[in-house]
Amino acid sequence: MHGLINRAIELFVRDTYGQDTWGEVAGRSELVPQDFEAMLDYPDAVTRDVLAGVSRVLDKPEAAILEDIGTYLVSHPTAEALRRLLRFSGTDFTDFLHSLDDLPARARLAVPQLILPPIELHDHDGHRFSVAVGAGRSGGLSFGYVLLGLLRAMADDYGVLVTLDHKGRRDGVETIEVRVLETAFARGRSFSLGAAL
Amino acid sequence: MTSDRSAAPGTLLDVLCPMHLVLDADGRIVHAGPTAQKVLGPAVPVGRAFLELFDVKRPRLAPGVAGLRAAAGRRLHCVLRDAPGIELKGVAAPLPGDRGIGPPDGLIVDLSFGIGLIDAVGRHELTSRDFAATDLAVEMLYLVEAKAAVMDAFQKLSQRLQGAKAAAEEEAHTDTLTGLRNRRALDPVIRRLIARGADFTLMHLDLDYFKSVNDTLGHAAGDHVLRRVARILREETRSEDTVIRVGGDEFVLIFAEALSDARLAELARRLIRRLEDALSIGGEVARISGSIGTTRSANYATPRLAVMMDDADLALYAAKEAGRGCHVAFAPDLRRAVARHTVDAATGD
Repeated sequence: MHGLINRAIELFVRDTYGQDTWGEVAGRSELVPQDFEAMLDYPDAVTRDVLAGVSRVLDKPEAAILEDIGTYLVSHPTAEALRRLLRFSGTDFTDFLHSLDDLPARARLAVPQLILPPIELHDHDGHRFSVAVGAGRSGGLSFGYVLLGLLRAMADDYGVLVTLDHKGRRDGVETIEVRVLETAFARGRSFSLGAAL
Repeated sequence: MTSDRSAAPGTLLDVLCPMHLVLDADGRIVHAGPTAQKVLGPAVPVGRAFLELFDVKRPRLAPGVAGLRAAAGRRLHCVLRDAPGIELKGVAAPLPGDRGIGPPDGLIVDLSFGIGLIDAVGRHELTSRDFAATDLAVEMLYLVEAKAAVMDAFQKLSQRLQGAKAAAEEEAHTDTLTGLRNRRALDPVIRRLIARGADFTLMHLDLDYFKSVNDTLGHAAGDHVLRRVARILREETRSEDTVIRVGGDEFVLIFAEALSDARLAELARRLIRRLEDALSIGGEVARISGSIGTTRSANYATPRLAVMMDDADLALYAAKEAGRGCHVAFAPDLRRAVARHTVDAATGD
């Protein structure tokens, strides 16, 4: 698994639950050194091990942790660069949903070694959508839950009211149902193209 | 009605290329796309001559609107005269002589930010809606930011690796018991001094009676003695000097200066005196001393590490022969004396 994914799990735990909690997770997984390098590759088993460790230490199911990580990646100041990169995908939330199919390609454009599972959006009537997340080479990680948390936070970011539902996995494909209830629910966070440059 | 008809291509083009300008036959702007208006600022540019507002740098144009028309279809490199720092790319397309799709004999000039995009976005506060839906400008901005983030991550990785490498090297050159440099440090330190052409003094110190401390009081006591020796050696040297533990009870001191005979003798005497101070360990008393052999880079036309180490060894050997707790400075006749001694020993056997 790419170090960026492992590093995301690590920073999520450190920023949300504190350094000691991460120390406990790393200790359980016998991680040496205790932090991941974002730009190095790790065996998939390490990621599975660490995730299981986080789940045990926090006493929370893995799915809930993955969803929290997705939300963290958009809403925490540590991950501001990623939020900005995601915002480049769409001018509004619906536009963003329509660009989800491109997300793996966009990720690869930034970091060629970062392989995300294929994503496919189905637009039912302009308000109801379903997002299919394939298994790809996700190393057994339920990426759909990460995407669920990420979509929740992105809706907030755009100031849109949505309901999101993970419909489970069938034949290796996870499905998320998205219902856009109100497109101008709140002001959302600002985004200007040149802000980070 | 005619003005409506002349604006007609404009409204279409506002969607297709929002940074276009429609010029009349005299080269005056009759319509500006929404992004072009944003870039040109609040003063409505309609009625102004294109070439007054823009400077076409390349290709070199014949003067006036005729020159612009002659360059139709070619890539124009131009700048806004008000903002010469931001390079624009453009292309002009001539309109027909009738009023069919715009001012007769006019021109459409479509503009885009080439590589100046990043500056332009900040300067004109552009958003994705300011670019045509098919324009790759936003993707380019995405890539620039993604590249910056990835470069940043790599730079941090390199810094951490650099730090780890320095720490590992330091560790590899450090004796963990005493904190002194270890044998691996000897070679690079002396080579550096030789390369710099610096005068230096090499001191080879061998502890006396250390083995008996180890045997009678145990290894823990021995370690204690070694740490005290290290402390004394550090105290008696300056920061530019190097103290190396080359073996169990053997040390090499490198003084980064040419010490006079008298100062060297005095320094060796003081070291030996301090080493001889009794040390009490758990009710027992440990007594050691030290023998010292020295040589100086000034003794050699071209100092060489191996030769100097041999000579310091020879001097140390002579010091041991002279009884413990002595210092001998290397002199060439020592070599002859040792040779004779070796011959004596061989024949007397």
